[in-house]
Amino acid sequence: MNVTLKVWRQKSKDDKGRFVSYPVRNVSPDASFLEMLDVLNEELGKKGEEPVAFDHDCREGICGSCGIVIDGRAHGPGRGAATCELRMRSFRDGDTIVAEPWRATPFPVIKDLVVDRTSMDRIMYAGGYISAKTGGVPDGNSTPIPKPVAEEAMDAASCIGCGACVAACPNSSAMLFVGAKVSQLALLPQGKVEAKRRVERMVDQMDKEGFGNCSNNYACEAECPKEISVQHIARLNREFLKKTLA
Amino acid sequence: MKLDSKIPSGPVEKQWDNYRFNLKLVNPSNKRKYTIIVVGTGLAGASAAASFGELGYNVLAFSYHESPRRAHSISAQGGINAPKNYANDGDSIYRLFYDTVKGGDYRAREANVYRLAQVSNSIIDQCVAQGVPFARDYAGYLDNRSFGGAQVSRTFYARGQTGQQLLLGAYSALCRQIDLGTVKFFPRREMLDVVLVDGQARGIVARNLVSGAIESYDAHAVVLATGGYGNVFYLSTNAKACNATAIWRAYKKGAVFGNPCYTQIHPTCIPQSGDYQSKLTLMSESLRNDGRIWVSKQKGDKRKPEEIPESERDYYLERLYPSFGNLVPRDVASRRAKEMCDKGFGVGPTGLAVYLDFSDAIKRLGKNVIEEKYGNLFDMYHEITAEDPYKTPMRIYPAVHYTMGGLWVDYNLMSSIPGMYVIGEANFSDHGANRLGASALMQGLADGYFVIPYTIGDYLASSKFSPVTAESTEFKTAKADLDAMVHKLMSINGKKSVEEFHRELGKIMWDNVGMARTKETLTKALEEIPKLRQEFWQNVKVVGSSNDLNADLERAGRVADFMELGELLARDALHREESCGGHFRVEHQTEEGEAKRDDEKFSYVAAWEYAGPDKTPILNKEPLSFEYVKPSQRSYK
Ligand SMILES: Cc1cc2nc3c(=O)[nH]c(=O)nc-3n(C[C@H](O)[C@H](O)[C@H](O)COP(=O)(O)OP(=O)(O)OC[C@H]3O[C@@H](n4cnc5c(N)ncnc54)[C@H](O)[C@@H]3O)c2cc1C
Ligand code: SF4
Ligand code: FES
Repeated sequence: MNVTLKVWRQKSKDDKGRFVSYPVRNVSPDASFLEMLDVLNEELGKKGEEPVAFDHDCREGICGSCGIVIDGRAHGPGRGAATCELRMRSFRDGDTIVAEPWRATPFPVIKDLVVDRTSMDRIMYAGGYISAKTGGVPDGNSTPIPKPVAEEAMDAASCIGCGACVAACPNSSAMLFVGAKVSQLALLPQGKVEAKRRVERMVDQMDKEGFGNCSNNYACEAECPKEISVQHIARLNREFLKKTLA
Repeated sequence: MKLDSKIPSGPVEKQWDNYRFNLKLVNPSNKRKYTIIVVGTGLAGASAAASFGELGYNVLAFSYHESPRRAHSISAQGGINAPKNYANDGDSIYRLFYDTVKGGDYRAREANVYRLAQVSNSIIDQCVAQGVPFARDYAGYLDNRSFGGAQVSRTFYARGQTGQQLLLGAYSALCRQIDLGTVKFFPRREMLDVVLVDGQARGIVARNLVSGAIESYDAHAVVLATGGYGNVFYLSTNAKACNATAIWRAYKKGAVFGNPCYTQIHPTCIPQSGDYQSKLTLMSESLRNDGRIWVSKQKGDKRKPEEIPESERDYYLERLYPSFGNLVPRDVASRRAKEMCDKGFGVGPTGLAVYLDFSDAIKRLGKNVIEEKYGNLFDMYHEITAEDPYKTPMRIYPAVHYTMGGLWVDYNLMSSIPGMYVIGEANFSDHGANRLGASALMQGLADGYFVIPYTIGDYLASSKFSPVTAESTEFKTAKADLDAMVHKLMSINGKKSVEEFHRELGKIMWDNVGMARTKETLTKALEEIPKLRQEFWQNVKVVGSSNDLNADLERAGRVADFMELGELLARDALHREESCGGHFRVEHQTEEGEAKRDDEKFSYVAAWEYAGPDKTPILNKEPLSFEYVKPSQRSYK
């Protein structure tokens, strides 16, 4: 199949950036979207032009590196899949496909489609953990955890930290990402001890980094490649409330 | 070079405890005066860096990823072993030790493997305490599954995302230390060389991948946790960025390389569908429990699988191995698939695949049973190939998956460069010639949480350090060398892309140094690789600039190193005139076509020492002895 890729090119953080269109020919419908970009990049390279920069690594939907807004949607058409899982057969021959980086103030563009998401890490540094030192912990089976609780914690823990929720949100809110972590740890008995401090510090850091507020738009859940439920935002709010009431 | 493995004496079950007791300790108030550099923050690196931080050392951690959570460890699916014996099925530390030595085809050190088995139980406890949501049963206790031929249930798992959850656990411990200020994390930095002062590892030079600047960092010890080198084959199940640059540059600085030829090939991966293909996707080995593997009896048969009548199908594994059938071990299944395809019986558009057919199982058990067992894998397959495996057989082909070889380390996990440690998949320890499923995650975390935090203290407490800063001559020279290399790569301006060279190298490696190696193919590889390398340095085209984010330049450096490592891999495979584990020499097989070891001649670790550019490396041998698990021939008939 043949497509036209209209892609965001931006040399650096300070560059203004613009869309540039490139024809990409003879793409196999079985190729992934990123492999189509590989093909384009190799052609550009041959001509001495700079390839389109994009983040990726595992190409299996688990590392959270990839992230492109495709035709206006974070991670492109379809649900429950990261950009790297998207196949060209989701498009039609002759389509023009628009590819842009995540757009959010806390995610400055580094180059083309690559953004800096370390703001999400800094939220984690602020409290996304249980303070268990190496060694000196009890046997793994000392505290039984009801299966449904463990399963729900696992649902929340599936977040791949890609930032699509932020990119999809009109307010650039990171509530789904933060809610997923707060919720995972608040559900588990071992995480309850520090629950208050955790939610306070993570929310505080989230605000400092310039992420917006949640206005219950729920675009985040719709675009999340791991289909993390907005119920975790509700749990975050409850935890936050507990903290202020206490 | 004289290699001292520092293996403690005494009975194997006491060795680690006694050894640990005799290690020198660093006074708690002195710890912050020592700086440790950790390169790589996957399972091994993140767990080590966090543990060093907890102890009070000053830690600098580096990764070419933007966040530790993106490391390749994240994609491990199946699980992690520990002999907790929660299943009450007779598991024990000794049994895990035994299985691992045997599984490694008697090419690992008993002392290391015993220690690994010993500390693995603590890993599970540690992860649970961190909030890792392992699978649980209805009583709320931890659940186990069995894995890779083991006769006991000792694999802990978190759905099909065990690696993700373990890495996020280690990442969270690291986050805590970063918050406390004991660890400083440097994202998007690629270590390009280790810097030696007075023979000791005293720091690194790294490229800031965003600004392009070459930066210097000094320390008292350097830990490499940079993962495996499977991507030397171009296509593998590894993440795209996985590379050998850190360990390779360290090798060229004097760290010896252990058993480079031990590579693991996984039999059930989704086959390549075209030249554009960037990587291969693993399909869990468990599928072979219910799927039947076959090809057409007719060469180059282009009929659809449904159109090929039963009598014209060759269920070759069932034919060749009547008792084990489709459940022969990984290496055998892989080799036979390749053989069928080489003979022209391969299926699918490229002819490089065999069928894995579930129709009998669906008839026997019903679609819903198969769906419950393998639903997510079937969906993944469907998504990638657009074929529905409930209706038509899967096409599968073996792929490179893991590298048992790596930098040689002693019992302390220290390489042959004093002060430079190597942990996780990057080192050669523990798995011998073949790794068992669910044991890599175990080893990475064992190294990081429970071994190196002790052993590094002994080195720091007992060594003398001359004053060094990042401004010292040694750093300046290293930086100048790298600037020159970057400049050279950028200025060749040839005709072929980095990707093309990598693909060509991968093809040479796969065809000649892959699943079935012979003297002839290996000799051929040793002729072709240097030629390709020479062409690379004359004809590669690297676009863009060297002072901003440039993926092409990053890859160029990595491929340049793969071109050298590939040669060493082939050389090691040529010298090892036996078959063992993942290393199969066609000349050395039993009458039934099984791997035939030669314990008399090859019961040693091949530790290769760099001898200078274009010089034949020096082979050092570390003899292996087996006091507890006596070597025997593996048989699957
Ligand atoms: C598809 C797949 C499934 C698997 N499933 C399992 C399983 O079920 N059970 C199991 O036990 N094992 C499994 N494995 C194997 C296991 O995942 C790996 O062996 C293990 O995770 C390696 O961990 P590591 O910490 O050594 O390295 P990695 O996780 O690869 O981390 C390497 C780190 O080093 C950094 N790095 C590398 N080079 C440099 C450099 N030059 N400069 C700066 N940073 C650098 C990277 O950024 C990264 O942070 C699987 C492997 C694959 C491919
Ligand atoms: S919540 Fe979903 S969209 Fe947001 S970072 Fe996690 S995986 Fe990505
Ligand atoms: S590349 Fe890893 S999630 Fe897409």
